[in-house]
Amino acid sequence: MEQTNQTAFEIPSVPAGGFEHVGKNVQGLDAITRPNLSYWQDAWRRIRKNRVAFFSLLLVILYALLAIFAPIFSSYGYADVDSAHMNEFFSASHWLGTDSLGRDLWVRVWRGGRVSLSIGFIAALLNAVLGALVGGLCGYYGGKLDSIVMRIIDVLYGIPNLIVTILVMVVLGPGIFSLIVALIVVGWIGTARFVRGEVLRLREQDFVAAAKMLGVSDFAIIVKHIIPNIIGLIITNLTMAVPNAIFREAFLSYIGLGIAPPECSWGILAKEGVPLLRIYPHQLFVPAFFICTTMLALNLLGDGLRDALDPKLRGTE
Amino acid sequence: MGKYILKRVAISILTLFVLITVVFVLVRLMPGDPITGEKITPEIRANLEAYYGLDKPLPVQYITYVKNLFQGNFGYSMKYTNRTVNEIIASSFPYSVDLGLRALALSISLGLVFGILAARYRGKKLDFICIVVAILGTSIPDFIMGALLQYFFGIQWGLLPVAQYLGLEYTILPSVALGFYTLAMVSRMMRASMLEVVSQDYIKTARSDGISNFRVVWKHQIRNAIMPVVTVLGPVVASTLTGTFVIESIFAIPGMGKFYVESVQNLDYTLVLGMTVFFGGFLILANLIVDILYGIIDPRIRLAGK
Repeated sequence: MEQTNQTAFEIPSVPAGGFEHVGKNVQGLDAITRPNLSYWQDAWRRIRKNRVAFFSLLLVILYALLAIFAPIFSSYGYADVDSAHMNEFFSASHWLGTDSLGRDLWVRVWRGGRVSLSIGFIAALLNAVLGALVGGLCGYYGGKLDSIVMRIIDVLYGIPNLIVTILVMVVLGPGIFSLIVALIVVGWIGTARFVRGEVLRLREQDFVAAAKMLGVSDFAIIVKHIIPNIIGLIITNLTMAVPNAIFREAFLSYIGLGIAPPECSWGILAKEGVPLLRIYPHQLFVPAFFICTTMLALNLLGDGLRDALDPKLRGTE
Repeated sequence: MGKYILKRVAISILTLFVLITVVFVLVRLMPGDPITGEKITPEIRANLEAYYGLDKPLPVQYITYVKNLFQGNFGYSMKYTNRTVNEIIASSFPYSVDLGLRALALSISLGLVFGILAARYRGKKLDFICIVVAILGTSIPDFIMGALLQYFFGIQWGLLPVAQYLGLEYTILPSVALGFYTLAMVSRMMRASMLEVVSQDYIKTARSDGISNFRVVWKHQIRNAIMPVVTVLGPVVASTLTGTFVIESIFAIPGMGKFYVESVQNLDYTLVLGMTVFFGGFLILANLIVDILYGIIDPRIRLAGK
């Protein structure tokens, strides 16, 4: 405010010979002062700087490794019934206690984690691929195909997707494969919608117009210009979709439609724990802890990735 | 505006039809047979099939079903003998709606307040608390939340009843369990949206016009920041109402969710179909209302047709 009022001020006169010419340093002016980082290197650098996101990433990796190896290296099987050791609390022989049939909870948690995590990741990945493909094609080519597919999506979007998932599960029967199918039937729509929007926006940008003018083929434009610009968003979306898929699996198993015993998942463990809450609360708290920390870590990682993969934030700290 | 509403209504009706058809087909594809029992002889089976119209070809069944639907008739349940689907819905739906509305009222109002406060006090303690609540809320599945609330408030501390739905104190735990996720999501969105609006030029203009702080926050910031939140209300209402399924089973509330899960497991064709269509129709209606509401509060849509 003050500066705008000072419309005129006097320039103090510089005495002759008051300054000395120091000469020009021409060499090295065009040297690159910052290391040249690719998009992925930069993203990796930024995710490492974000402590919360990096810790979440490590936790997810740790859980994944435990889910793969813990059941292999344990002396108990996930379905081994032991009537002498039922409903035990944490101990040296049963690290996380046992359930109502004497099954070791440490093994069951990681066996269940294997099922829950793989369903989460596979379903989210397939949803992202399918959604990006449909959304991308519609957005890029537009026209009749686009308007037909968008009408279909409008209609599908209006159907409560939990209901469709439940019905598909009933038709296909319980199991890992049917769960993944049921989650895909409804899951790709969200990704398709947002990818289409992004592609539509990018298609009108100058750099795409320039590429077209230079005679670059559609395929090359999609691979070189469109995909690099939306891949960050798709990955972020995918990370956020994993906890959703895990949550859905847990929900479906909980109401008895997801995974069929003796196979177990985190949802099954929670379901088995709830009736015993009054007497043996640890049987619910153990799977609940792992479900919640996984969802938390993936959500926080997704938040971190959103910032790390946003090309607009490159170079900003 | 008129065109916008018309388009929304048309899409909703189309959606409802697709839903009816898809569910009708899926229900028939279910493995197993609704007519089971030791005493069922071929004659009884034939009689029962004739009674439920299962002996006719599928397209005929479909047309009959849709015709009956138009008259508001959902048919008879196959497992609960002599009870119509309408009766079952009429007795259970009020519980689900009551629970759903309580959860929504709680989560949306508190979520907005938290989001606004967090944005107003960005970087302060209050903001931090809101962020933590929001992250926890989106990381705890509702059935685990319900069980945890039961354990601490009901069993450990004995403050509130753990099951059934008989009065105000019974409704608190299920509503909180059901609404917590929505609360977290709404507050998170509202915070982000507020922060974006605060740095817009029209806020600077309003401030430099000397408009009072209260008016700027209330009329300019909140009014604009609330728009993105309204757009997701449709899905939010849907997910909260479908969430009642689990919460009802945890808290032993005799709502639609309990009957729905049972009917799916019993292969009660008519009940599954009726409840899905009713519930789906209800959600589609809720979505339509949200869309129209959005058209009314967004001047870009409201004034488009004029």
